[in-house]
Amino acid sequence: MTRHTALWIALLLAAIAVAPLLTASNAALNFIVFVLIIALAAQGWNLLGGVAGQSSFGHAAFFGTGAYVSALLQLRFGVNAWAGLAAGIAMGALVGWVIGFLSFRAGLRGSYFALVTLAFAEVLRILANAMGFTGGAAGLLLKLDLGFANLQFSSRAQFLWLALGFVALGLIISLRIAATRFGAQLVAVRENEDAAKALGVDVLSVKLRAIAISGAMTAAAGVLYLQYFLYIDAQIAYGVWISVEALLAAMVGGRGLVLGPIIGAFTLHGLGEATKAFAGRVPGIDLMVYGGVLVLVVAFAPGGVLGLLAKLRPKSRRSGETA
Amino acid sequence: MLEVRDITMRFGGLVAVGGASFSVPKGAIVGLIGPNGAGKTTLFAVIAGFLTPTAGSVRFEGDDITAMPTHRRAARGIARTFQIVQPFAGLDVRENIAVGAYLRHASASEAHRRAEAVAQRVGLGADLDKPAASLTVAGRKRLELARALATEPKLLLLDEVLAGLNPSEIRDIVPVIRAIRDEGVTILMIEHVMQAVMNLCEHVHVLAQGKLIAQGDPPSVCADPAVVEAYLGRGAAERLRLEASHA
Amino acid sequence: MTYPLPIIAEAMLNGLLTGAVYALVALGLTLVYGVLHIINFAHGALLTSAMFAVWAIHAFLGVDPYLAILPLTPLFFALGYGLQRYVIGPASHGDDGNILLVTLGLAIIIENGLLALFRSDTRSLATDYSFQVVELGPLLLSQARLYGFAGALAVTILLWLLLARTDIGKAIRAVAKEKLGAALVGIDVRHVYAVTFGIGCATLAIAACLLMPTFYVNPRVGGAFVLVAFTIVVLGGMGSIPGALAGGLVIGVVESLCGLFLGESLGQIGIFIIFILVLLFRPTGLFGARA
Repeated sequence: MTRHTALWIALLLAAIAVAPLLTASNAALNFIVFVLIIALAAQGWNLLGGVAGQSSFGHAAFFGTGAYVSALLQLRFGVNAWAGLAAGIAMGALVGWVIGFLSFRAGLRGSYFALVTLAFAEVLRILANAMGFTGGAAGLLLKLDLGFANLQFSSRAQFLWLALGFVALGLIISLRIAATRFGAQLVAVRENEDAAKALGVDVLSVKLRAIAISGAMTAAAGVLYLQYFLYIDAQIAYGVWISVEALLAAMVGGRGLVLGPIIGAFTLHGLGEATKAFAGRVPGIDLMVYGGVLVLVVAFAPGGVLGLLAKLRPKSRRSGETA
Repeated sequence: MLEVRDITMRFGGLVAVGGASFSVPKGAIVGLIGPNGAGKTTLFAVIAGFLTPTAGSVRFEGDDITAMPTHRRAARGIARTFQIVQPFAGLDVRENIAVGAYLRHASASEAHRRAEAVAQRVGLGADLDKPAASLTVAGRKRLELARALATEPKLLLLDEVLAGLNPSEIRDIVPVIRAIRDEGVTILMIEHVMQAVMNLCEHVHVLAQGKLIAQGDPPSVCADPAVVEAYLGRGAAERLRLEASHA
Repeated sequence: MTYPLPIIAEAMLNGLLTGAVYALVALGLTLVYGVLHIINFAHGALLTSAMFAVWAIHAFLGVDPYLAILPLTPLFFALGYGLQRYVIGPASHGDDGNILLVTLGLAIIIENGLLALFRSDTRSLATDYSFQVVELGPLLLSQARLYGFAGALAVTILLWLLLARTDIGKAIRAVAKEKLGAALVGIDVRHVYAVTFGIGCATLAIAACLLMPTFYVNPRVGGAFVLVAFTIVVLGGMGSIPGALAGGLVIGVVESLCGLFLGESLGQIGIFIIFILVLLFRPTGLFGARA
């Protein structure tokens, strides 16, 4: 990591951290918290889909698992919320490993891998929607019980800092990975599996580690969502929307770049809010913009927003740095 | 060091390699030549573990490795280059070579130091910070060689590392290959550039239509009528001999 | 749970009827995959827009849904041609992963565009024959669904003839097999790609016309179809037209039986489990076609 990158990251995090001191608007703070949760889910996607090149269309499987495991442990077994958080993250990693083991061992790549992840997420959604244990279609409602021990905060600012802490942790993990053998092997697998194998890279094991860490990060986002809104159902937790959000944020920010998910999440939702303000409350209009941005990014800016910024300042080093 | 026994590789009805056997002694540079489509690259893929042969076995340092996955063979000390160069486009030259070095060195700083040393050896010392995609064909061939070398192999499989290079580039890289051998790495190379084969190899195997048809030192193999016919067609050796005697 | 035989038989027959229309939806997907080697994620959203088109011209102009086949088929052909030629092709720079993302983007745009236009209400149209039934021994079958079945079979055969007998069909097959070779003998590959995509969309328009008398439409309805269609395509072998038909019928029956035995909410799970199992263990499909 260059000093330049570190400076940018510190500035960005600091800017988000001081936001609650500058505004007391609930709408603004809700917006930031929601975007941070998306960014965290997208950081998970980016490690697998961006750095390791295995595009998933089913990260809802991890988001939902994090949320449901934590909610069920709290509601059905009276487990503490922090322990629920840890268990949710662990289960996200495990679900990732299992899906990865099945699909990577079967040699699924590219479109096939995208489709199978989508199908896994849908199976989990249908199950969560149908079973009584998971609350069925009515979903699960956490009891409002404010307090640090319950991972519920009376002030939005405190929750914002918590979410920001997770995003910062995600950044540190991504940066650490980029600087190690594992990171180099991930990129090697993305660029050329055969060449990687010939150089002694155990491709299956590298991919499995990637999907497990990726699943854990996105599951953490699911738990945060649960703790913030205190309610989930199958459509929310395992819905296609979060798979798409995670993918979009990483792609739009700059695929494979450590800062990509955060930049992408804020860019997209900023654009979405602007569109809503401009076009009025027409349902779906913000999502139309997201779809349009995705097509434009693929067509004209494969490096995403960060890639565009780097092009604007050709003299300086890339501010995103390949993860 | 390497023993290939009765390797047969079928793709559906097509027999790409039919019962090939040969061995590569430790410390040698052995060539594998033959006309296009003879099955040389298929044989390489079998040795490196990319293909499981229909029949036959591959032994390395006395152990049967026929069923061993590619990455474990690399760990045992077999490295290969690809005929069609396959750089990791998203990484710079140093990082590309480091992927190979990571096989024996877990720490990033050590792997980068090894990568830089290997880059010096193959003449890429000035290009360490360049993106791999920006290298010329000759540069990419060197990168291919450097990455394989960075895994610190005992046996190096070179698949046409000289193809596509101009004569002066070939002249530059031949001594590099010889130096690698002199440091104790055994080399098996597929090569079309006969000048280099003559120059480098002590022993040559000739593959034609999936079968080994001749072997020996380079000059005698080139004079072998079966080899001449494999390259130039039936009756060619006879015609050449007649033309030579008429001249 | 046990059911009397006639109920199971009726469920299976109904499954076959639905399955034929599923097959028709899958036909365009498998054709596009077979020729362009891409997975068109916008397929479901395009079906939704065709269904809305059928609904709209019935609601506003009083056009019978079956009659709507005449204007909508060429219209959707043109739409598909344009999308591939001027949007998907140029935007994806020929990279498979990009195509997946571009068609995902298009799906999001279309689906939410329809949401903005028509809101999330579910609509259906009532025709004279929507509730007519045909008696088949002890079984009652919906007349409109029988029409759908016959129409789907007819389109499948027509498409097969088009590919087998016509010049453009031969060009399409040539491009599917070897696009470089096809280009070398003077076939305009980009044109053939766009025509293929156009045919895929045209079959969707017909499917929509056959579906609407007995089905409903809302902006999200395509999502339900698209995963079913993917499953059929994977089951039948990517790119195989007879495979799509067989796969469609199988999936129709499986869905119908799962619905009977597992109930509405769990019924669809059978399809996804088949989908996952086929992808994991037999990615070339059950009906032989090699990927």
